Amino acid sequence: MLHIVNKSPFDTGSLASVLRVAKKDGGAVLLIEDGVYAATKNSATEASLKAAGMPVYVLQPDADARGLQSRLMDGVNMVDYGGFVDLVAGHDNVQSWL
Amino acid sequence: MSDEMDFEEGGAVKKFMFVNRKAPYGTVYALEGLEVVLISAAFDQDVSLAFVDDGVFQLVKGQKTDGVEMKNFSPTYRALEGYDIEKLYVERESMEARGLSEDDLLVDVQIMSAAEIGDMMAQQDVVISF
Repeated sequence: MLHIVNKSPFDTGSLASVLRVAKKDGGAVLLIEDGVYAATKNSATEASLKAAGMPVYVLQPDADARGLQSRLMDGVNMVDYGGFVDLVAGHDNVQSWL
Repeated sequence: MSDEMDFEEGGAVKKFMFVNRKAPYGTVYALEGLEVVLISAAFDQDVSLAFVDDGVFQLVKGQKTDGVEMKNFSPTYRALEGYDIEKLYVERESMEARGLSEDDLLVDVQIMSAAEIGDMMAQQDVVISF
């Protein structure tokens, strides 16, 4: 299952809920919009993403808009809009944690 | 006498603080707040900006918005000096929790503790929140 997070982890508990609830086996997290801030290097959320136990994807255009190109943690996978579509198509179901 | 009259006579200068707590692009608050700050410059008031919580992200260097087809308004923060708006305060705790340092910011700011921001806030005549 693909879990999509579009809110800043510093502003809402969406990402924390995903990491608490999501089934890790077959799961994946895609960070878009303000959700991409979770992957900022040296941030308070870096450790929780490292411990996610699922692949973490970051939508590159949203990271670029926010100036995060060189500020992202290691271990996350960058995707473009085509990659977003591939992720959705490649999982049986999708949950957007609005 | 109304405040409006005071403006016209050039008499009363009030202390205005704009408190920015939202990241850019995800919501329209940051851009709208910046527009109001620019409008306020026309009234020759004592204007300051505080960046707290996700508002700190507004000032991150290297914003590149071509891919999301939105206007990159971050250069405008550097233009504020030209409007005599030079009091930009960033809360250290918010900045550090987000893995950022002063070198990551695109404009000269004063880094302050949460308590110092609170003191500045308490000194204002008007506080406007975005």
